Amino acid sequence: MTTATASHDDHHHGPEKGLMRWVKTTNHKDIGSLYMWFAFTMLLVGGAFAMGIRAELLQPGMQLMDPHFFNQLTTMHGLIMVFGAIMPAFVGLGNWLIPMMIGAPDMALPRMNNWSFWILPFAGGILLSTFFMEGGAPAFGWTFYAPLSTTFAPDSTDFFIFAVHLLGFSSIMGAINIIATVLNMRAPEMKLMDMPLFVWTWLITSFLLIGAMPVLAGAVTMMLTDRNFGTAFFDATGGGDPVLFQHIFWFFGHPEVYIMILPAFGVVSHIIPTFARKPLFGYSSMVYATASIAFLSYIVWAHHMFLTGMPVAGELYFMYATMLIAVPTGVKVFNWISTMWRGSMTFEAPMLWAISFVFLFTIGGFSGLMLGIVPADIQYHDTYFVVAHFHYVLVTGALWSIIAATFYWLPKWTGKMYNETLAKVHFWWAVISVNVLFFPQHFLGLAGMPRRIPDYSLQFADFNFISSIGGFAFGASFILLTYIVIDCVRNGKPTGARPWPSAKGLEWTLEPKAQYHSFSTPPSRKLIEQESQNS
Amino acid sequence: MQQNNKITKGFWIKLVSAPILMFFFAYAMVPIYDIFCEITGFNGTTGRVDSEQQYVVDENRKVEVSFFAMTMGGFPVQFGPKVGSMEVIPGKFYTASYIAKNNTDETVVGQAIPSVAPTEAALYFKKLECFCFNRQVFKPHEEVEMILRFVVEPEMDKRIKDISLSYNFFKLES
Repeated sequence: MTTATASHDDHHHGPEKGLMRWVKTTNHKDIGSLYMWFAFTMLLVGGAFAMGIRAELLQPGMQLMDPHFFNQLTTMHGLIMVFGAIMPAFVGLGNWLIPMMIGAPDMALPRMNNWSFWILPFAGGILLSTFFMEGGAPAFGWTFYAPLSTTFAPDSTDFFIFAVHLLGFSSIMGAINIIATVLNMRAPEMKLMDMPLFVWTWLITSFLLIGAMPVLAGAVTMMLTDRNFGTAFFDATGGGDPVLFQHIFWFFGHPEVYIMILPAFGVVSHIIPTFARKPLFGYSSMVYATASIAFLSYIVWAHHMFLTGMPVAGELYFMYATMLIAVPTGVKVFNWISTMWRGSMTFEAPMLWAISFVFLFTIGGFSGLMLGIVPADIQYHDTYFVVAHFHYVLVTGALWSIIAATFYWLPKWTGKMYNETLAKVHFWWAVISVNVLFFPQHFLGLAGMPRRIPDYSLQFADFNFISSIGGFAFGASFILLTYIVIDCVRNGKPTGARPWPSAKGLEWTLEPKAQYHSFSTPPSRKLIEQESQNS
Repeated sequence: MQQNNKITKGFWIKLVSAPILMFFFAYAMVPIYDIFCEITGFNGTTGRVDSEQQYVVDENRKVEVSFFAMTMGGFPVQFGPKVGSMEVIPGKFYTASYIAKNNTDETVVGQAIPSVAPTEAALYFKKLECFCFNRQVFKPHEEVEMILRFVVEPEMDKRIKDISLSYNFFKLES
């Protein structure tokens, strides 16, 4: 890896020509784009699965598919969206933005960067290929609880395990790269508390990744040896315990949900000050809140397991620790609101997405609090209320911020402006349909409709019908999004270096379309102070 | 392209060893979980005593212990408690028994896994002898009586009046 830094001098005149540019690239912008396009493709694939699920749930009774295929769809929808869409999209944003934001020419470990991207299509391909295998794709839910995923799973599960290993490698390498970049490649004049919040949130997320992803790798390795090599980690016959699987899984799984939301907090903390034309309120409290959320995320995992038979003392501890996360998260929400307070707000597309993020993510946060209350969770556990909750935080939270970031930085990436009218039409289309899609699921869950079941009793028919219609409308909105992005790349009007005049940050000091290597000379202290969010 | 600070060897070692350590931490969770269950009685794990030690006995205090039996799918042995429940005085040792009958023409090997509810009682439910300590071999069409000798320790929360003890029999391959 040290050779990468030494030999890099001789080719920073621009990209290679043709397809090999993308295969061999070590450039953070190229790799960022690859990540974003891969994530978008996976979003459409996972979205297609979701359309299948909603089509089956449009009416009570079995309409389109047998239950086993339905289970495959729910499982693969979850896995593809989490590991194929949301996480790579954030790594893509990190690749594109972090070097530009900290005044660095590129990522610290460019060749590892290439490798960590090119693992992904293979991992995704292996995961998707299980659909065509005997016994079908994994059908045990994205949480793959043992013994469903060990004793009773189809043979394709071993391919799933291998795919998870590869995805884990990719994420860990991405995280190591970001830590090395932020800590070593930062402009010499830039102190830690000068860093933009997106960089801060990604740095903290990287620590979550290197702490949590290896635990997932451990869990699937135990599954692998349980399935094929006669160990009994999760098999009571040999002295193991299936509940142990849930502990290991959620020890990874809870930090994982913050891996998917912390960078979103960073994105929103950039967009809201720009369009409210005020500095970000409470910069340092934002940093400390992010760090405390990350710390707390490691010690609350068993709130996913209240129904596994836990002593009251354990339930109380995990309930209170979970509630505690609402404090730093509340600090963030209030800071965003305070930033908007008496600001000169305008509502361009990125701002619309960011404001609706604050509003809808908070709804998801509140339903999360409800689920954290032990006696209530006993009622809500594994119902559609849970489905509504995590789609509010992951779709209108994580995905919303990714779309917001795309509109906000697309002019910097391409040097061209997207079509604002179409972007607004798309925003209202998506924000209305997503609520039609997910809000009724709260009611379904409270009324007792279980998740992951392809059929339901008649009293759930109306809300499911509404939800499915919203789902189809929301799914169709991505056709428009694809058009807007491609239209911008091809025919967008050229912009200046700072398409949002009130935007702050080193990335906006670069020429309209950021050049192949961003900062060949590090920015000065004066420039850093001028562009800092912490002023 | 210049690097502002060179990545030192120590930094590399830290970056790479952190994920490796966390991978082994996942494995470390297995013994940690076992010890945790033993200390807290979490997950209904019962305790063991090595001899019939003396406890301070309150003759007026009574606890009802109910016995349950289950077999996992594919286990061809009929298995159940001899008596459904018994009244015990905390601090005294009792013997209970389970009956198992192998209805097949083959020798079956199995292992019983105990669980106590409520979990707050599991810590104080101690066994001196139990068929669940060892694997059990059932010869074809053999009926056996298997015993356990247990004590409910008087330190248990006085609000607990009922304890359920259940065994789940699993087939072992060999």
